[in-house]
Amino acid sequence: MKEQDMVEMIDLTFSYPGEKDGAVLKEVNLEIEKGSFVAVLGHNGSGKSTLAKHMNAVLLPVGGKVYVEGIDTADADRLFEVRQRVGMAFQNPDNQIVATIVEEDVAFAPENLNLPREETAHRVETALKAVDMWEYREHSAHQLSGGQKQRVAIAGIIAMMPHCIVLDEPTAMLDPLGRTEVLNTVKKLNEEQGITIVMITHYMKEATMAQRIVVMDRGRIAMDGTPREVFSRVEELKDLGLEVPQATALVHELHKLCPALPDNVIDEQEAADAILHLFKEGAV
Amino acid sequence: MKDITLGQFFPGDSLIHRFDPRVKLIALLLYMVELFLVKTLFGFVFMAALLALAVLISRIPMKLMFRAVRPLLLLILFTSLLNLFYTKGDTLFRVWKLTATWQGLELGLFMVLRISLLVLSSSLLTYTTSPIMLTDAMERLLSPLKALHVPVGELAMMMTIALRFIPVLVEETDKIMSAQKARGADFESGGILKRAKAMVPILVPLFISAFRRADELAVAMECRCYHTDGERTRLKSMAMARRDHVLIAVMLLLIPAILFGTNRVAFSIIPKTL
Ligand SMILES: Nc1ncnc2c1ncn2[C@@H]1O[C@H](COP(=O)(O)OP(=O)(O)O)[C@@H](O)[C@H]1O
Ligand SMILES: [Mg+2]
Repeated sequence: MKEQDMVEMIDLTFSYPGEKDGAVLKEVNLEIEKGSFVAVLGHNGSGKSTLAKHMNAVLLPVGGKVYVEGIDTADADRLFEVRQRVGMAFQNPDNQIVATIVEEDVAFAPENLNLPREETAHRVETALKAVDMWEYREHSAHQLSGGQKQRVAIAGIIAMMPHCIVLDEPTAMLDPLGRTEVLNTVKKLNEEQGITIVMITHYMKEATMAQRIVVMDRGRIAMDGTPREVFSRVEELKDLGLEVPQATALVHELHKLCPALPDNVIDEQEAADAILHLFKEGAV
Repeated sequence: MKDITLGQFFPGDSLIHRFDPRVKLIALLLYMVELFLVKTLFGFVFMAALLALAVLISRIPMKLMFRAVRPLLLLILFTSLLNLFYTKGDTLFRVWKLTATWQGLELGLFMVLRISLLVLSSSLLTYTTSPIMLTDAMERLLSPLKALHVPVGELAMMMTIALRFIPVLVEETDKIMSAQKARGADFESGGILKRAKAMVPILVPLFISAFRRADELAVAMECRCYHTDGERTRLKSMAMARRDHVLIAVMLLLIPAILFGTNRVAFSIIPKTL
């Protein structure tokens, strides 16, 4: 166990009770470094959500071990220590918000932790300000937009002051505007507060925000690397049922025709720059 | 369906909003008891005026108040008609074999007023109190029952979640209904049996979705360290102020005021000449 690891999974194996079709996670070994931003990709049913739920002891390994900052998640006496360190947000904000009023919902975790009232109030304020929802503290959650609701749900997690937040497809139910809001919030939390982020997503573009991408396939880790490394393996990704970002795919195809082009661009800007550069060089 | 305002909260900072929620709950209970003590029309007018005053202070639009009664209109009408025809007394008019009486008219009117005021007063409570504060207040008032191993905290949490999900499920029902209508489902015509049958394609998806939500919410609550053993703090403290003492005193004084005051005002719609 390295000092700087937020989460460490060793030979993690898991199957749901009563399910006969074999293990959902098969001997997964994964370390999440403190302060990093990791995206997890994989097609439906590849075990992403199951993997995520092991990071804060919602599920416990059938085989192998999971450590959160050195704490064994299977240690029942330290359950709340684990859950406080690793918070978790889900796809549907409606099903995560417990209380009707925004500030009351954000207070839910501190209340459960039986923190003093002043501390609870302070954390609610800090958390709501961190997601830019402080003005909405007295609003009823039901009347907010999807992006706002999801930010309130994230505030509810920040109020635990976790060192890591795991987000399971947090933008899947949002419109483009809400998606941007949530992604900016997540990015800010990572950069300004040093909170470790593990974000499951099926939008390739979102994954490029991360420093590291882990690709899951049938309960195993199929790829692990920087976005640039992972996206340059276009054929392999396609075999795993994943689409690479359009800009990457385009330049990848062009690269086959014209090897002067790089094979590892990750967004439109880089693609445009590479192509422009090519013209300026007069190679075409 | 959009009209269902059950358990909704409209934030504000009026005097009514600021009363201690425990005191509001007790005041509501007293008001309800008093509605059953009232025996004269004058008494009802008096009680209605008090409620109207409270609504004015709360700045809740009257329109919203009436929306709360609307779903019960049919029930209220039905019970008052029963009263009108089935009370013995002096004949007012006859329809077919039924005789409406003056006494029945008065009793029916009382019934309308009593039910409406019951619904309106409880709506005012939920409109002006956040659900969490309301369930907290209940939890605190019922906390002596913890000694008898009644899971008061858990019951309050269930209530909180139920109130929170009413608007979500109402919206969902609306969506499912429009989806079924778009496929040609018909909820408006036919007899009771046919209509009941038409509800099945709504209820099934609604239940499935409610169970899925419950499942997800339970996991989300676990992730936020929810546990049922041991204490939980509260964001908001509850402290009674002078206004709360005054409110309780007023509500208590209303009991003798009704018994020895309004109940003795011999003011009735029944003509003296009969
Ligand atoms: N609660 C459950 N009970 C039984 N099987 C489940 C449960 N949740 C997920 N599974 C199964 O585990 C596999 C992985 O699911 P999941 O982790 O949700 O994948 P992903 O999030 O990548 O779509 C799937 O085959 C799914 O059917
Ligand atoms: Mg999933």
